[in-house]
Amino acid sequence: MTDKRFNGTESYIATDDLTMAVNAAVTLQRPILVKGEPGTGKTQLAIEVAAALGKPLHEWHIKSTTKAQQGLYDYDAVARLRDSQLGDKRVHDIGNYIVRGKVWDAFESDSQPVLLIDEIDKADIEFPNDLLRELDRMEFFVYETKQLVTAVHRPIIIITSNNEKELPDAFLRRCFFHYIKFPDKNTMEKIIAVHFPELKKNLLREALEAFYKVRDTPGLKKKPSTSELLDWIKLLLAEDISPETLRSEDTRKTIPPLYGALLKNEQDVHLFEQLVFLDRRNRQ
Amino acid sequence: MLTKFFFMLRKGGLKTSITELLTLLEAMKSGLAGHSIDNFYYLSRTCLVKDEAHFDRFDRIFGAHFKGIEEALGALEAEIPDEWLRRQAELYLSEEERKKIESMGGFEALMKALQERLKEQDERHEGGNKWIGTAGTSPFGAYGYNPEGVRIGQQGSGHRRAVKVWDQREYRNLDDSIELGTRNIKLALRKLRKFAREGAADQLDLDQTIDKTARNAGLLDIQMVPERHNAVKVLLCLDIGGSMDDHVRICEEMFSAARTEFKHLEYFYFHNFIYESMWKDNRRRHAERIATTEILHKYGQDYKLVFVGDATMSPYEIVYAGGSVEHWNDEPGAVWIKRLLDVFPKAIWINPEPQQRWDYTPSVKLTRELMDDRMFPLTIHGLDAGIKRLN
Repeated sequence: MTDKRFNGTESYIATDDLTMAVNAAVTLQRPILVKGEPGTGKTQLAIEVAAALGKPLHEWHIKSTTKAQQGLYDYDAVARLRDSQLGDKRVHDIGNYIVRGKVWDAFESDSQPVLLIDEIDKADIEFPNDLLRELDRMEFFVYETKQLVTAVHRPIIIITSNNEKELPDAFLRRCFFHYIKFPDKNTMEKIIAVHFPELKKNLLREALEAFYKVRDTPGLKKKPSTSELLDWIKLLLAEDISPETLRSEDTRKTIPPLYGALLKNEQDVHLFEQLVFLDRRNRQ
Repeated sequence: MLTKFFFMLRKGGLKTSITELLTLLEAMKSGLAGHSIDNFYYLSRTCLVKDEAHFDRFDRIFGAHFKGIEEALGALEAEIPDEWLRRQAELYLSEEERKKIESMGGFEALMKALQERLKEQDERHEGGNKWIGTAGTSPFGAYGYNPEGVRIGQQGSGHRRAVKVWDQREYRNLDDSIELGTRNIKLALRKLRKFAREGAADQLDLDQTIDKTARNAGLLDIQMVPERHNAVKVLLCLDIGGSMDDHVRICEEMFSAARTEFKHLEYFYFHNFIYESMWKDNRRRHAERIATTEILHKYGQDYKLVFVGDATMSPYEIVYAGGSVEHWNDEPGAVWIKRLLDVFPKAIWINPEPQQRWDYTPSVKLTRELMDDRMFPLTIHGLDAGIKRLN
């Protein structure tokens, strides 16, 4: 067993099931796959785990063009070609043109690192399959130099996914899995308390009430998530808006102030305004 | 150990593998679950389930399995250490409460009653977990129900966790036979993607350029290729109005997902069934109609044809000339759909009505026969199956 367990940090509230999943991954040294709505803190998790366990963090952000090979190493053939034309001596050692990737860096880290593979679903469908052996055995082969790179310390690998592509079964079998579900009110209060310790109790309550009301609006295309709520509260604080304004039964003010921070879709804003308008008319 | 549970999961439709079971056992051996059944639940879920769509199914199986154990206390030792359950009771209940429970017929009876409550709730409220939350008058009030689950005991709040997390079935709406959202539909439709390079060559083909340059003794020889496009072509015919009003939202989602997903997407509306004409704009449906024959001739065989409709109507509307509810049709709908299917062999019918109800409606049966059984429910699972047929 590892000496330390992850229990959330001062700036990150982890639910029991998340803690369990992370600790299982840390203990058994297997990768953990984290899914969830955008803005629920998937990427943040890796940063916090690294901070809580005092381990170095290596981040590998995946784009649609990323190849699995790039995480391991790149062979810079163009540089070698140029050097050969210029008659540089380095050209005789192919190792000079092998550029290390994030996974290699993590494998050769002095202490056990945390490796974040962010948004793995953005990459090509074959991407996860190309990493099977690397994640399983924590080693890979550099063909150009005939060198086997093995992890000195098996890194804690945290993989996030937005569910844009289905991941292959063989890949899933090798991971622990956690789905970050949207926090309930209690958890949300804790999360906000961590980010805004100075926040007045009643403002928080009113803000949360308004937030969940917006979230419950039927037909929203993109529901506001935790990160949007935090931004919104930041704005409320900056504008020094009183809890009374949020609560306000005054029919002219039923739209929460600064709601642009919560709703990011034009249609949603429109729909929301319409609903508020209808609501107001019904009350009169 | 746990093999019975494992096989139950597999029987329940979860594709849990032996490696995953071994991982779970390994994790338990290293003491991760401790002595808490909640932790065991979380641990087994993170090890065994790799898709949030299956969480609900897992919860149900977990519940059923461990309920069975409660009922057969004798068999308990073989499955989970019975001290788990006893400890749990000790942890969560004070002396006083335990006496109270005894007076109600013991812990098991209480659990059973709770279970019944939860079941009742399932039936009465379709998505709601509110019922229990507001059940202030229930006999269990003393033990404090609250929306996060069935909580027993009020003291030492930090320790008073829900007795049965899995019975809350929080992940219910993620079961892939139930819910659909634009994203989910997009994901399903994405399987239909087929990339091809067509059109003008406007991208540098690096590999070919290098290859050609090398063959050209180092003199630069630039090679270009066309951009990769999704080459799938889709004709989408949507039933609109009447009995379809109940499904407007889900069809809207499907439509908006399909629109962004395919470059070649043509859509047409019809009412109840296909006849000699369809339309593209619902506001001007009477003024601007497009003849079905035109569609037959205009689009090539490589188009995939997707109908979306509940196929719920009078059978006359399908098989008889003049059967349409809106106008006089010279030829029955069945003839028109056959013509369409002849031109577009790759076709499916997606039905937003729940599959259980199909058999009760003769027109659905009829449509299914006309479609050679290529009718699929409008669920993620159904879409998946449908798209497999289209490929």
